[in-house]
Amino acid sequence: MFSGLLSWVIWLPIVGGIAVLATGSDERAPLARNISLAVAVLTFVISIPLYTGFDTSTAAMQFEEKSLWVGTFSIYYSLGIDGISMPLIILTTFLTVIVIIAGWEVIKVKTAQYMAAFLIMEGLMVGVFSAIDAVLFYVFWEGMLIPMFLIIGVWGGPNRIYATIKFFLYTLLGSLLMLVALLYLYHQADSFNILDFHALPLDMTAQTLLFIAFFAAFAVKVPMFPVHTWLPDAHVEAPTGGSVILAAIMLKMGGYGFLRFSLPILPDASQELATFVITLSLIAIVYIALVALVQQDMKKLIAYSSISHMGFVTLGFFIFTGQGIEGGMVQMISHGFISGALFLCVGVLYDRVHSREINSYGGVVNTMPVFASFMMLFAMANAGLPGTSGFVGEFLVILAAFKVNIWYAVLAGTTLIFGAAYTLWMYKRVIFGEVANDDVAQLEDVTPREILFLSLLAAMVLIMGLWPYPFLDVMHATVEQLVTQVNTSKL
Amino acid sequence: MELNIQVILPEIFICAMACFILVLDLYMKPERRAVAYTLTLITLFGAALLYWQDFATGSSVHLNGMFIKDEFSDVVKIAICLLSLLVFVYSRDYIRARDIFHAEYFVLGLFAVLGMMVMSSAGHFLVLYLGLELLSLSLYAMVAFQRDSGVATEAAMKYFVLGALGSAMLLYGMSIIYGLTGTLDINAVRGAVAGQAAPDNVILVLGLVFVLVSLAFKIGAVPFHMWVPDVYHGAPTSSTLFISTAPKLAGFAIIIRLLVGGLEDLHFMWRDMLIVLAVLSILLGNLIAIAQTNFKRMLAYSAISHMGFMLLGILAGTASGYSAGLFYALVYTFMGLGGFGIIVLLSRAGYEADELEDLKGLNKTHPWYAFLILVFMFSMAGVPPTIGFFAKLSVIQAVVDVELTWLAVIAVLFAVIGAFYYLRVIKLVYFDPPPEDSRSIVAAADLRILLSANAVALILLLPAVGLLQQMCTAAIASVVGAF
Repeated sequence: MFSGLLSWVIWLPIVGGIAVLATGSDERAPLARNISLAVAVLTFVISIPLYTGFDTSTAAMQFEEKSLWVGTFSIYYSLGIDGISMPLIILTTFLTVIVIIAGWEVIKVKTAQYMAAFLIMEGLMVGVFSAIDAVLFYVFWEGMLIPMFLIIGVWGGPNRIYATIKFFLYTLLGSLLMLVALLYLYHQADSFNILDFHALPLDMTAQTLLFIAFFAAFAVKVPMFPVHTWLPDAHVEAPTGGSVILAAIMLKMGGYGFLRFSLPILPDASQELATFVITLSLIAIVYIALVALVQQDMKKLIAYSSISHMGFVTLGFFIFTGQGIEGGMVQMISHGFISGALFLCVGVLYDRVHSREINSYGGVVNTMPVFASFMMLFAMANAGLPGTSGFVGEFLVILAAFKVNIWYAVLAGTTLIFGAAYTLWMYKRVIFGEVANDDVAQLEDVTPREILFLSLLAAMVLIMGLWPYPFLDVMHATVEQLVTQVNTSKL
Repeated sequence: MELNIQVILPEIFICAMACFILVLDLYMKPERRAVAYTLTLITLFGAALLYWQDFATGSSVHLNGMFIKDEFSDVVKIAICLLSLLVFVYSRDYIRARDIFHAEYFVLGLFAVLGMMVMSSAGHFLVLYLGLELLSLSLYAMVAFQRDSGVATEAAMKYFVLGALGSAMLLYGMSIIYGLTGTLDINAVRGAVAGQAAPDNVILVLGLVFVLVSLAFKIGAVPFHMWVPDVYHGAPTSSTLFISTAPKLAGFAIIIRLLVGGLEDLHFMWRDMLIVLAVLSILLGNLIAIAQTNFKRMLAYSAISHMGFMLLGILAGTASGYSAGLFYALVYTFMGLGGFGIIVLLSRAGYEADELEDLKGLNKTHPWYAFLILVFMFSMAGVPPTIGFFAKLSVIQAVVDVELTWLAVIAVLFAVIGAFYYLRVIKLVYFDPPPEDSRSIVAAADLRILLSANAVALILLLPAVGLLQQMCTAAIASVVGAF
């Protein structure tokens, strides 16, 4: 075990990304791909000790690093992880490998820049999950927008410019309000350490205002109804890899933010406004699922499905019980795998036919049987079939909701019907039936490269569905502490 | 009655060299003009070294209270020397291609620098005014330097008339304060004002208003900003580059000398006035920048909004606020240097790359230049991981610290609106296809290297933000602590 492990996981991909950029033009694209893959795999490998060396018995920060950065404002370069952030970091390093493989042959222009953007973003995302200093957190949080902005804008679809600017401005607006909140907290606590914020006494007015500021940042990121409208646009226009990272990791930052900031720093405001948040979550779960039902575009459908599933996450968090929060966490990780996999599936079809419309397909099973079975698994997981990871999180959240208010559970439970309906109906229209047209007739089944990334994700979905214990175990102590914090009044 | 020449040695050096270059040029053939250019660079570098040699050797007042030497003046002067040095290196090929590569241009630049030095060290109203006029007159001429250009002449005319108005306001304000206090020495004014600082002292308020209005004119804060877009747009880009960098810092310096050094006891009065100026500048600058199609005009409006942000630091009225303002001014000048530097880089003989459309598809043809623009734009927008973020962070921090949270919220909301037009530049550069007839850009090696260093520094200095802020804090402490 070498010291500064977290720093390595953050800076290795960033430095690697810069090295990839240096390979320059498209003539040297193979070199860029190989370096990227090597860096991504290496990052994943060195992030594994974060899991194996993790002490599950404590809620304290682990793998801590701290050195002074800006003395005049007591800003520290301070890192550490607990049971909430560790799984998300591993998820990030894992999915970056997948995304690099997925973009291997598909990205033909500016390959080096594409790969570098993902690597740099990986480092920044890990930074978000491991920063304990609020300013450091904010630097990573915002810095991450830049590569994503470019990924959607350069390699995206026809309406990419509208989508990417909308994405950037929406998230920037939320983030800047959070920045003011962080500065206010600094003004009160005289420290930028997030753990000091946790211990800071605040009156109700301050808590409510701060809650709104944080909510603006995190609700946009999650995204919650009614600030979700950037997501379908961004997803539809983003290249496959961009969609995967967006759905699988960037959305999780909103959820992570609620757990790291809103709940522990503002327990009373959280309790007070819980009904509001839960209502929005339920609207997302039910209404957005209905919206997903009528989509003609596969990516848009999955995007809406993501919003609906993220509704479960916020619902689980704002029930304030261990079960609910753990359910929400599991849902976040599982959704990372499933939505990532579904976007990759759409990517596989799109690369061949260049259409995302459901109408352009039909009878794909006849020409791509292996692909059809993979997609079957992911569709089922998205619908929450027991035995897949999608089931565990939803089940825990619904169970927790039952104990609070039966109507929460009933409304949330409708997703088991709607989720199955929109996912399987899409699956049916795309995969089954007669071969719809010449494009479908000429399809070739998945290549070994595609089998590689799909089976990696399939394995994760199944492992997490059948044996969720390791995932729950690592977060247990931290969630316990969080539940205590949010149920202890600061007034 | 001591006369310590030693302390103004660098100023004397600049002045002597400017005169020397002017005379030397009489005996030079036109094709040997590079000599004047080289000598100018040597002068600026030498002056920076002289200041560096004496850096932070304590605060002292010389020449009967006329001249202040403290860490603040050292920091500002070294930065001005470096900025001006870079400006001349950046613009060499540009002015050569436009046939304004004359020794006079550099001499005017040196006199402007001298004016800024005098402003930064002014301990007396008249010295301050002298420095300001020396700067302004040199700048008017630099704007008008391209004689055959109609827009440049118009810009110079506008600049001159409004600049003269601004100077007159300053004089008038000073004369009112003189009438009340009986002294022009800034330190003595401070003492005299302390006893009279009551809200119902109408004459004092009047004097303060005139001083503030003229300062707002000089740095281009709304509603006294009208000259900024026209001058930035009409002047040759090399002159715009000059105007938009070092003089902003000098403007900041006189604000500190006057408001903090002289009239700090009136903080309760000028605070509200500055709030109005800052809010309007941030609001209008950011909103109108969206409508611009010309890159120089867009950067001009962006400069207006940046001045608003800088004022946020000052109006906080705390030492940490002033140092946040200084940090903002320093960071902004280097960002502005890069922003206009890019235009200079992309321009060629007979072709000004100052329309936003000219930037289309740059990433396809010149990915490295595209990246430089990306860094400058994100830094101006205040998005981490650039140093522009820390500049915004510290001024917003300063206003939150004095319980003006609403002001902070307004500032960040308009920062989002501001982000839009910076993003549009990046959109043009990265997402749009290049025009059919795009030609390759030829730039001298020194320009490319320095501009790249300029951009990269905005990111790589991030670990050193702490040191830079410490430097600003110490500099401000040397002003505030002197009382």
